[in-house]
Amino acid sequence: MKVIVCVKQVPDTSGKVAVNPDGTLNRASMQTITNPDDMNAVEAALKLKDETGCKVVVVSMGPPPAMGMLRELLAMGADEGVLISGREFGGSDTYATSQIIAAGINHLGIEKDDIVMCGRQAIDGDTAQVGPQIAEKLHLPQVTYAAKIEKEGDTVTVQRMLEDGYMTVKVQTPCLITCIKELNEPRYMSVGGVYESFKKPIAVFDFNTLKDDPLIDLTTIGLKGSPTNIFKSFTPPPKGVGQMLEGADKATCEGLAETLAAKHII
Amino acid sequence: MAYNSMDLAAFKDVWVFCEQREGKLMPTDFELISEGRKLADELGVKLCGLLLGDNVEGLCKELAGYGADKIVLCESPLLKYYTTDAYAKVICDAIEELKPEVFLIGASTIGRDLGPRCAARLHTGLCADCTHLDVDVPKYLDFLRTSSTLDIDNMKFDMEDRNLKMTRPAFGGHLMATIICPRFRPAMATVRPGVMRRAEFDRAKADAVEIVRPEVKLTAEDVHTEVVEVVKAAKKIVDLVGADFIVSVGRGISKNVEQGIKLAEDLAEALGGVVGGSRAVIDNGWLSADHQVGQTGKTVHPKVYIALGISGAIQHKAGMQDSECIIAVNTNESAPIFEIADYGICGDLFKVTPMLTEAIKAQKAKKQ
Amino acid sequence: MDFNLSQEHLMLRDLYRKFAENEVKPLAEEVDEEERFPMETVKKLARYGFMGIPFPTKYGGAGGDILAYAMAVEELSKCCATTGVIVSAHTSLCCAPIFENGTEEQKMKYLPALLSGEKIGAFGLTEPGAGTDAAGQQTTAVLEGDHYVLNGTKIFITNAGYASVYIIFAMTDKAAGTKGISAFIVEKDFPGFSVGKKEKKMGIRGSATCELIMENCIVPKENLLGKEGKGFAIAMKTLDGGRIGIASQALGIGEGAVEETIKYVQERKQFGKRLSQMQNTQFQLADMHTRMKAAQFLVYSAACKKQAYVEAEMAGKKGESYSADAAMAKLFAAEAASDVTRRAVQLYGGYGYTREYPVERMMRDAKITEIYEGTSEVQRMVIAANLGVK
Repeated sequence: MKVIVCVKQVPDTSGKVAVNPDGTLNRASMQTITNPDDMNAVEAALKLKDETGCKVVVVSMGPPPAMGMLRELLAMGADEGVLISGREFGGSDTYATSQIIAAGINHLGIEKDDIVMCGRQAIDGDTAQVGPQIAEKLHLPQVTYAAKIEKEGDTVTVQRMLEDGYMTVKVQTPCLITCIKELNEPRYMSVGGVYESFKKPIAVFDFNTLKDDPLIDLTTIGLKGSPTNIFKSFTPPPKGVGQMLEGADKATCEGLAETLAAKHII
Repeated sequence: MAYNSMDLAAFKDVWVFCEQREGKLMPTDFELISEGRKLADELGVKLCGLLLGDNVEGLCKELAGYGADKIVLCESPLLKYYTTDAYAKVICDAIEELKPEVFLIGASTIGRDLGPRCAARLHTGLCADCTHLDVDVPKYLDFLRTSSTLDIDNMKFDMEDRNLKMTRPAFGGHLMATIICPRFRPAMATVRPGVMRRAEFDRAKADAVEIVRPEVKLTAEDVHTEVVEVVKAAKKIVDLVGADFIVSVGRGISKNVEQGIKLAEDLAEALGGVVGGSRAVIDNGWLSADHQVGQTGKTVHPKVYIALGISGAIQHKAGMQDSECIIAVNTNESAPIFEIADYGICGDLFKVTPMLTEAIKAQKAKKQ
Repeated sequence: MDFNLSQEHLMLRDLYRKFAENEVKPLAEEVDEEERFPMETVKKLARYGFMGIPFPTKYGGAGGDILAYAMAVEELSKCCATTGVIVSAHTSLCCAPIFENGTEEQKMKYLPALLSGEKIGAFGLTEPGAGTDAAGQQTTAVLEGDHYVLNGTKIFITNAGYASVYIIFAMTDKAAGTKGISAFIVEKDFPGFSVGKKEKKMGIRGSATCELIMENCIVPKENLLGKEGKGFAIAMKTLDGGRIGIASQALGIGEGAVEETIKYVQERKQFGKRLSQMQNTQFQLADMHTRMKAAQFLVYSAACKKQAYVEAEMAGKKGESYSADAAMAKLFAAEAASDVTRRAVQLYGGYGYTREYPVERMMRDAKITEIYEGTSEVQRMVIAANLGVK
C-alpha cells in the first residue's frame, strides 16, 4: 500500500507581500513554504504509515527549488520524493497542471489499495481545483474537505466538512482525498530525519519522462496550452487612512453598517 | 455529434448551478442568477438555472423569479444528497447535450468540489472564487478604474472581446487577476457567496417559470462514494485565528464587565464571529486565555476586527493590525487604536455596541 | 575556510526555529513566572530527537554533530533559556560522559533511554564547599563488596528531580587529592538517594536547581564510570564539552534579546518618531548585533573543533584539544549576553523593566551563563594556561 501526496511549494503570503510596479508579485521578496493544506495531507499520510507501515511518496510539480521542500518532507518521514519539473510545464493553469501531475502519478503506478492525498487548496492560487481535477484524470472517486479520515481494509471513511456541519462519506481505495487544516496538526521534521532524508531517493520526471503518457495532451499543457489565461493582473488600490466617524449615535452606527454592507464586508 | 469543447460556435446561453441542500436553495443561487441575468443580457442569450435533486421541482419558481428564463431540472433519488460522481455525471451529460457557453457555480464547499471535476471532464477552463464577472469591455474598464491602480486610459484593449472576464483575488488577496477561457466552452467560474448582488424578486417571472427536463442517465454503479449521514455542527470552540469576524473587549468594559462581554457576544453573533480580549481582560480573569489577542496571545487577521474599549497599546496592535477592516470604539479620541482603525467611533461602548448590533442585523436581513 | 552552513545544518536550523517559535516561545513567560519545569516541552523535544543530537544512531541518538547540537541549544535559548539549559545539561553533562567514558554495557544500558529523551540526565559535581574549587570534594564513596556506598551532598544541580540518571563525583581515596575522585552513574531510585531543596533563582527559573543528598546511597560496582581515580579528569573533560552548550545558550539569549528589541523599537514612538529612527538606538543595536555575531563565530568554531576531536578519537588518532576554544566561546558569549540584554532593557525603557516584555527575563537569564559550568574567571584561567602565560 502506498499513499501518494501531492504538494506544492508556495510563497508565504501570510506575511507582508511585496508587489512590483507592474502589478506582478515580487516572489523574490517572499519566503517559500510548503503549502499549509498540503502539510495536513502529508501528516495524514504519515499517520497511515505509522499505523500500517505503508510507503509515503511525496510528489510536486515545480521548479528545481521545490526539491528542497521534498527533502524536508522526507525528513518528516516520507519515503520517496518525485519532482515533476520542466520548462514545457511552466505557466500551466490548473487544468494543465492536474493533467501533468496525473501523468506523473500514472507513471508511478496506482495499486488497488493506494490513496492519493492533496491539500484542499494552495495559498497562492486559492483555487482548490487541482485535487479534484487529478481525481477526474485518474478516474478516482474523490472526497474533499476531509476533517477526519479513518481507514479499515480498503474502505476509507471521511468526515467531509460543510459550512455548517459535515457529511460522513465512505469510499473504496484507490481514491483521492483533499485535506483541510482541521484534519490534523502536522509534525515537524526530526533531527535524525534530516540526516536520513539525504539517503532517501528523489526522482525527477521531466518533459521527456511524461510526454508520451496517455494522460498528457500536448496541446493543453504549459502556458500556451492552458485553457485559462490571465487577461490582466492588478493590485487593488492601497488601503486609505482610516476615518473618525461623526458622532456616536444611532445614525453613526447605521451609516457604518450600511458602508460595510455596501463593501460586502458583511 | 461528438462533444467538442473547442467548437465555440456550438455553445450558447448562460447556465447557473443552483445548489440545494435538503430541499433548500442556497442564498448564493439567487446572487448568481441575478448576476447571470446581467451576463446573459450582455451576451444576448438566455439564462438557465440548473437544478439537481430529488423532488425539488417546487424550487424552480423562486429561481425564475430572480431572472432565470428556464430551469433545467434533473431529478433522481440518487441526487438527493450530493456526491461528486452523481452530480458531475448528470451535469456533464446535460452540458454535453445542451452546450451552454457560460456555466457559473457558487463557491460553496460543494461547489468547489463539483466545479473542477466537471471542468476536467468537459475539457474546459474553470476560474475559482470569482468576485467580479464581465463580458462588455467598456464595463470591465470602468471596473478597473475603480478597483485597480492601472493607468487604464494609456493601455490598449480589444473593445470587441466577448469572452467572459472572470476577476478573482490571488496570493491571499494581495493581487487581483482577470482570467479568460478563450479557446474552450463552457467558460466556467465558481463565484464567492455574498459577493454578487441579488436582484429584485419578480412574482410574474416566477409564475411564468419554464422547466426543461433532460434525460437523467444515472445508476447506482455510477456513484463510488456513499453518504452515511449529514450532521449539523454544534457550537465551535473559540477559534480566533480562523475567524472572519472578531469583536474584542478591553479595559473599557471594567465598569460593567458582564454587560460589556454580553454586548460583545451579541455583536459577534450578529456578525457570525467570535469574541476576543486584550491582555488586561484576560489578566483580570474576565475572559479565559484562549480569547487573548495580542503579542503574548494570538495573532489574528480577520475580515473585520472590532475593538471595544481597547486603547491599542503596541502589544495588542501586534496581534491584530493586519485585519482587513478595523473598527474601534473608545471614549478617548487620542487612543492609539484610532491610528490603525479604518473606522473610529469616539463614544461609550455600552451605548454604541447595541446600536451597531442592531444596524448590522438590519443590513444582513436586507441581504436575505 | 568555508563559513557556509551545510544543507543539513540549514534544514536543522529551520526545524529548530519553527519548533522554538511554536512550542517553546508561548510557554516561556509562564515557565519563568511559575518557576515551572516544562515537562510537556521535554516530551516534544524527545519526540523530535532533540535529546540526543550529537550521538550515533547505534545508541538511539540522532546521528548529528556537535554544531547541530550547539545550534539547537542556541535556537531554543533565543525563546527560553530554561529550555535551552535542560537540553544542554542533559546532553553535555550526562549523555556525553557516558558516551565518552562508559563501557559498552554501560552505554547500551543507559544511552538508549537518555538519547531518546525517555529519561533525563544530570551532573552532580558542585558541593557546598566545592564550587570553582571543584577538587575540594567531600562526598565519599566506599567500596563494600559488590557496591559502593556514597555519602554527601551536591548543590545547584540542574535538572535535579526530573532526571533519572545522574553522573555523581565522589572521593574514593581522600589521600590522593584530585586523583582520588571517581565518577559514578547513579539512578534516582538507588536506595539512599534523594533530591533536596529547590533553589529560588534570579533567572532560568523554570530550570530545576536542587540539592542532591546521598545518605548511604548504594551504587552497584558496575556503575563506576571510567576507572577509580579518573573522576576528576572525566569531570574536566565533560565540562569542556558542557561549555559549548552553555556558550550556545548565552548566544541564543543575546540573539533573542536583539531580535525582540529590533521589533519593539520599530513600533515605539517618542517625540513624534519611532525609536528606530534615533541614532542612539541604531548604534546600540549595531553594537549588540556585532557582539553576538562575534560570539556566534566563536561558538560555532568551538563546536566544529570538538567535532574534529571526536572524529579523530573515533578513528583511533589523537584529537586536537578544543578546551581553550570552548572556554573562549563561553567567556565571550556569556559576557556578551549579559551586556546585550542589559542594553536591550535600557532601549525598551520603562516597559522593558516590566514583566510584560521578555527582555528583563533575558537579562536575568543571561547572568548565570557567566557563572555555571565554570565561571568566567575559570575560563580565563583555562585560556591563559593554554597561551602558556604563567
